[in-house]
Amino acid sequence: MTFLEYAPAPESTAILNLKPEYGLFIGNEFVAAEGESFSTISPATEKEIARVANASAADVDRAVAAARKAYDKTWSKLSGRDRGKYLFRIARLVQERARELAVAESLDNGKPIKESRDVDVPLVAAWFFYYAGWADKLDYAGLGGNPRSLGVAAQVIPWNFPLLMLAWKIAPALAAGNTVVLKPAETTPLTALLFAEIVQQADLPAGVVNIITGAGETGRALVNHPDVDKVAFTGSTEVGRQIARSTAGSGKKVTLELGGKAANIVFDDAPIDQAVEGIVNGIFFNQGHVCCAGSRLLVQENIHDDVVERLKNRLSTLRLGDPLDKNTDIGAINSAEQLQRIRELSDIGEAEGAERWTAECAIPENGFWFAPTIFDNVSTSSRIAREEIFGPVLSVLTFRTPAEAIAKANNTPYGLSAGIWSDKGSRILAVADKLRAGVIWANTFNRFDPASPFGGYKESGYGREGGRHGLAAYLKGAK
Amino acid sequence: MTIERAVSPAQRAIQVLGDDLTETTLKRYLEGIPGIDAVGLEQRAAGLGTRSIKTTSKAWALDRIIELIDLTTLEGADTPGKVRSLVAKALLPDPSDLSTPRVAAVCVYGDMVPYAVEALGAAHSAGTDEGVNVAAVATAFPSGRASLAVKLADTADAVAAGADEIDMVIDRGAFLSGRFGQVFDEIVAVKEACRRADGSYAHLKVILETGELNTYDNVRRASWLAILAGGDFIKTSTGKVAPAATLPVTLSMLEVVRDWHRLTGEKIGVKPAGGIRSSKDAIKYVVTVAETVGEEWLQPHLFRFGASSLLNDVLLQRQKMKSGHYSGADYVTID
Repeated sequence: MTFLEYAPAPESTAILNLKPEYGLFIGNEFVAAEGESFSTISPATEKEIARVANASAADVDRAVAAARKAYDKTWSKLSGRDRGKYLFRIARLVQERARELAVAESLDNGKPIKESRDVDVPLVAAWFFYYAGWADKLDYAGLGGNPRSLGVAAQVIPWNFPLLMLAWKIAPALAAGNTVVLKPAETTPLTALLFAEIVQQADLPAGVVNIITGAGETGRALVNHPDVDKVAFTGSTEVGRQIARSTAGSGKKVTLELGGKAANIVFDDAPIDQAVEGIVNGIFFNQGHVCCAGSRLLVQENIHDDVVERLKNRLSTLRLGDPLDKNTDIGAINSAEQLQRIRELSDIGEAEGAERWTAECAIPENGFWFAPTIFDNVSTSSRIAREEIFGPVLSVLTFRTPAEAIAKANNTPYGLSAGIWSDKGSRILAVADKLRAGVIWANTFNRFDPASPFGGYKESGYGREGGRHGLAAYLKGAK
Repeated sequence: MTIERAVSPAQRAIQVLGDDLTETTLKRYLEGIPGIDAVGLEQRAAGLGTRSIKTTSKAWALDRIIELIDLTTLEGADTPGKVRSLVAKALLPDPSDLSTPRVAAVCVYGDMVPYAVEALGAAHSAGTDEGVNVAAVATAFPSGRASLAVKLADTADAVAAGADEIDMVIDRGAFLSGRFGQVFDEIVAVKEACRRADGSYAHLKVILETGELNTYDNVRRASWLAILAGGDFIKTSTGKVAPAATLPVTLSMLEVVRDWHRLTGEKIGVKPAGGIRSSKDAIKYVVTVAETVGEEWLQPHLFRFGASSLLNDVLLQRQKMKSGHYSGADYVTID
């Protein structure tokens, strides 16, 4: 045995108290659904974790009706200060149950426990704390005095950050005085269902938060429901387009947070070791299942070889395996379907002539896994430089001048995020000014804060989440 | 000012910078090294600190930490008796468990070297790979504020008395005022003073006193400078200035050592010293070494802990792993 084969350090699942089957959470109660239930599995073992309900159109009706009733009768009439109290209570309960939520998230999603424990769950609590503070200060949200809530919000969230995306959606909606019906992704409903228990614990008025599980059909029924005033969606650009089409002319307010193909630009005067860390964090964080992932590395040509060599050395130290092991860096791919897509696009990359390099690591027998992979000498026209792979696959491109870096970075249908690495402050500001991306990180990557707005340009969607700007998605001016 | 040439330990500088080695070329080289982003470096160090080292890995790490310790006493009040006591502890760290490994070296002031050598007796490595080394701090430790002649005499004295390793301090004043050539020349000269009558050299550890250099960029430059001048080891601190060793500082020095190895194939040692008191902290350093430069660095000629109280905490943890319960401070010896 070598020291670097660290002995297993698994986080115990004993803290979980899961039910074998979960219903829909409507009006603060778990109720049975009309449709056939489906199972949610652990992507690391392919074993079933629990059965969850599949909400039909009638179930969606019930959930929206509960949300409407809660909006009309209680939530819209509460003072901002009282809404804030509930949100603070939720935030504290999230902190109290942090370990349990982290274990459930890693189990259901496949992400490493160190990420769910140190990133996802702390951010969830931070989001609720942040928007709890806004609830009684909406006069300062930038919409003039006495802004009004919208009503019932239909929220559909993805599987990459299940609980965090829930917090991004629910916290500002409730702070602004809306009630919500939220649908988690079909592969990752577990933490949303645990959150439903937290809603009960917090004694939120019945119907303010409703959580319904199901697949695409359920989501479609929800966003197209006539009694919904607001649609918030995070997910693929394809589904985002459908939602934009189907809600057009309906009067519903819509925010979409969609795909990305972020450029991570490394200049030759960058702090090189930290840049390598940032590249790793940019694309291999959460197995690359991050819409704002730095999936296109743009590195200045004169330092290309050095950076790529350092990157390969660093990737060789990443540990792939059991998401619940505290030393795991790369967990499981969330679903067989996603794994298939990553494999397909990687094969295309190879076929199109890019140079493929994969870190050597043992792949577990069961479950869905993809070893960290770099494609070098990728051309701008290659599909792996254009399309979102949403996996641990990095495309390396080079540039010669800042102008070329900016042009290549912007040459994408997306515009969610970008990164700049340079020791020269003036260069960072000048380049950031010309990048068309909603979030730009300088000498860091994939850092999130509830006070900072997040959202995209072009096909990455519209509207902003987080910060004061995030409130505007759930409010209208008093007129 | 020009840099002394032709002295053998400066071979490295000539190899990397070329024959026309001057202060200007040295300065340009050091200033051309990529900078360090402090936030990113600290984030990486914190990330390495979250590794969870359990069961067999922990047992291995605890034993290895003991084998990497320079057991140190550097007090004005040091006496031959205190040094003898320290040596006894170095040879038999835990009298209740004879399987406990010995430490790498004892580290004392120059005038205490003869007592340490005498106390070690047959257990003194004396140039071999077996046994415990004697390390001496020299060059007007800890401040380094003395003339070069005094520093060289200090060094030669300790080597003559039988020191296997010399822990020198760099002239931080000269470094901070940009006189890199002076710092370089001093290291080269001290390296020469480490030469024994038979032509072999005592190992030279170069203390950067990172707490006084203040920025990570300075630490990185000083690390390169010390290596180019011929240091066998780069060491964080004297232990007399706060902050002493920190994980990010040590990580940045390990990165230099890794890059030097990539460049030349030569392996340089690293010694964090001061402020590492618990096994938990020490394990973070072990992880950082293994994941930055590789596991082969976890041996006494490439990595050391400069510490005094760390040993007892490791012994307590060791006892706990064997017995399943914590004993207490009275179940390990003071020194």
